[in-house]
Amino acid sequence: MGDFFDFLFVAGFWAATLRMATPLIFGTLGELVCERSGVLNLGIEGIMTAGSMAGWMWVYQGGDLWGGVLFAAFVGGMFGLLHSLFSVYLGLSQHVTGLGITMLASSLSYFVFRMMLPNVTTPPKIVPFESWSLPFFSEIPVLGEALFVLSPLTWLALLIVVVVGYGLFYTPLGLAVRMVGENPMAAEAQGINVHRVRSGAVIFGSALMAVGGSFLTLSAFDAFYIGMTNGRGWICIALVVFASWKPGKALLGALFFAAFDAMQMRVQQQASAAIPYQFYLMAPYVMSIVALIIMSRRAAYPKALLVPFRRGER
Amino acid sequence: MSRTIVMSLNKISKHFGPLLANNAIDLELAEGEVLALLGENGAGQTTLMNILFGHYVADEGSVTVFDQELPPGKPRAAIEAGVGMVHQHFTLADNLTVLENIILGTEPLWGVTQHMRAALAKLDRLSQEFGLTVDPKAQVKDLSVGEMQRVEILKALYRNARILIMDEPTAVLTPPEVESLFATLRQLLKRGLAVVFISHKLAEVMAISDRVAVLRNGKVVLQAETTQTSREALAEAMVGREIPEPKRTPQEAGEILLSLDQVTVFGTQHKRLLDQANLTLRAGEIVGIAGVSGHGQAQLADLLSGLQKPDEGRLTLRGAGEIIPKPSTMIRYGIGRIVEDRIGLGLIGDMTITENLASESYRDKKFSNFGFLRFNVLKEHARQLIEDFDVRCPGVAAQVRKLSGGNMQKLILARVLSKKPIVILAHQPTWGLDVGATAYVHSQLLEARQRGAGVLLISEDLDELLQLCDRIQVIYHGRLSESLDPENISLQELGLLMSGHQTTAPKAA
Repeated sequence: MGDFFDFLFVAGFWAATLRMATPLIFGTLGELVCERSGVLNLGIEGIMTAGSMAGWMWVYQGGDLWGGVLFAAFVGGMFGLLHSLFSVYLGLSQHVTGLGITMLASSLSYFVFRMMLPNVTTPPKIVPFESWSLPFFSEIPVLGEALFVLSPLTWLALLIVVVVGYGLFYTPLGLAVRMVGENPMAAEAQGINVHRVRSGAVIFGSALMAVGGSFLTLSAFDAFYIGMTNGRGWICIALVVFASWKPGKALLGALFFAAFDAMQMRVQQQASAAIPYQFYLMAPYVMSIVALIIMSRRAAYPKALLVPFRRGER
Repeated sequence: MSRTIVMSLNKISKHFGPLLANNAIDLELAEGEVLALLGENGAGQTTLMNILFGHYVADEGSVTVFDQELPPGKPRAAIEAGVGMVHQHFTLADNLTVLENIILGTEPLWGVTQHMRAALAKLDRLSQEFGLTVDPKAQVKDLSVGEMQRVEILKALYRNARILIMDEPTAVLTPPEVESLFATLRQLLKRGLAVVFISHKLAEVMAISDRVAVLRNGKVVLQAETTQTSREALAEAMVGREIPEPKRTPQEAGEILLSLDQVTVFGTQHKRLLDQANLTLRAGEIVGIAGVSGHGQAQLADLLSGLQKPDEGRLTLRGAGEIIPKPSTMIRYGIGRIVEDRIGLGLIGDMTITENLASESYRDKKFSNFGFLRFNVLKEHARQLIEDFDVRCPGVAAQVRKLSGGNMQKLILARVLSKKPIVILAHQPTWGLDVGATAYVHSQLLEARQRGAGVLLISEDLDELLQLCDRIQVIYHGRLSESLDPENISLQELGLLMSGHQTTAPKAA
């Protein structure tokens, strides 16, 4: 049994955890902001795909890496705008709108990819982000290599957790976002434009999701290929519930899930074929379901989640 | 005395579909006065105030506040002009703190920080000045209804409101809370605020207002100084006809229909919500349950609705023996249930009148054939009932949530009473209803008694209990008192029993 947990002491494991957690952190925070304002954004899976496509395309066309991230955010924001036109201004079903956006965004990404490279079988590579290491800290043996030599986007993700946490709970705008997600009528009675705050939150959240997607092409892998989002968006939706709509807990949740994912890879290599590998692949998901059940029982969800707000109606 | 006009409404009209909610209404409000806006449910007062505050946009007419015309449909503009509104259904976010609820919208949205300390200080000063104590750090969901209302008032004061609109502020308050609200209002008036007080309770209007405007069917039908008018005149103007208060005629009670025998219901942490309750209900009588809410009435009502099983003790029904309550069982044995929470439990707001009226009996042969609903029969049934019970609505296909409170209650009465139940549970049946609707509910309950039904009336309105009941039992901490004779007990004695004082009240019946 002793050998079994050896991976915990390997720097690579922790580095992998942080790497795998990065798109989840962006996606979960993006979804969290949307849901805090009362809008469930099921477009996340597609928006992440669109983000990874947009980021990659920008760089492939000769653009700068950070330009790629910004372009991804812009594309995500546009899909967020589309989502909010339907779900906020027209008050249509958030489920249907979100799933529609997912289908539209992912198919559109694949379509553009195919249009650009009709005859290519192996996806062309780009030069991804190089890791940034924090001076001094990165010299610490094992720990330094694991925790302080990270992709710039991972640094950005950690920063965004703080920004979103502070923004939601310590600024007037954050209060407005939470209020429209709890009781839009109350917000309106205080002179807040509910529709504008909600669509703003959806646009911002969608931009974050897309940046999470762009991490996949600009940092984790160096190419775009079909199906690369691979359900990460759906995981983010579960993580928001797991986090009880709190940014700090969202970070924990993302790390937790990523750690299980990193672990299953390692354990899969170590252990022989005694257990079919599918079980290892399954492990992180099973663990998330269990954690979700335990963590979310007392979660206080935003009261007005999924409830469209129509002015002048009883 | 020279009157400074602070607000005037000019020729306001508003339609909701075919319904004319406001019909060319003109009103003025002067500094330092309370204008009572009196009207039955659905007479248009709430619509008018929502137009003033910018929640709705009027079809015609304009609002002028402090000599400036308000742009339509902008609550923010109304707030900035000095209008504060205390909504009937509080507009507070449960999961946020009191302070957060109050400061929302008071600072520029794009600010980097919130000035919490300054806000706390200001709030502190306001609550001391007006005696509105409430913990700013508490979450709204942990507050009592009275405290929530204080938060609503503080919200308006925090915004420096000069005109306060209160939509049915007393509907949800207990008598002592009403007193303290009135004390606060008098404080506010002293500082020159002007108050619009929407109500349909005549006693309160007479007590607090300087002027009264009565609305009926969207029109102002009477405007007068409060001292120059009378309760009777106002009531008549409000309803447009005289309302005979139904009288109870003496009648012998028949056989026992329902009895509770030593019934106990446990809550969390083994708390006894109902504690060895004994109760019998006979044919042709109305038994009242008096008590301050939260003393076990909800459990008693749930027991009879079939939503709660007794943890100890027995519930017996005539012709069925001891039963375990389930909603379907209770319907089958002919128990009519008029629940307290009309919107949450009694009706399904997003479904139509037809569907709601059929919701207890859609499986009857009459309404369904081989698993298919007979819509024509259902519609005809609904049409008949809304005529019989005088439900005001655009039609049987209307969504229930768009009806007024009084009409919702009539709908429930229609569903329950049309089945001629042998036992009727009426839990706060006139809560929030206006004079006309209340009288109607009372007459219907008395009629049911006359034809031999047993009625269990759970109410906090002591006048109602004394007027209708053959016997009254007081509930206190889940314990039911002996039966009391309403003829031989005073309001004071009932009040004492409700607060837990044992008296040597006369036993009766």
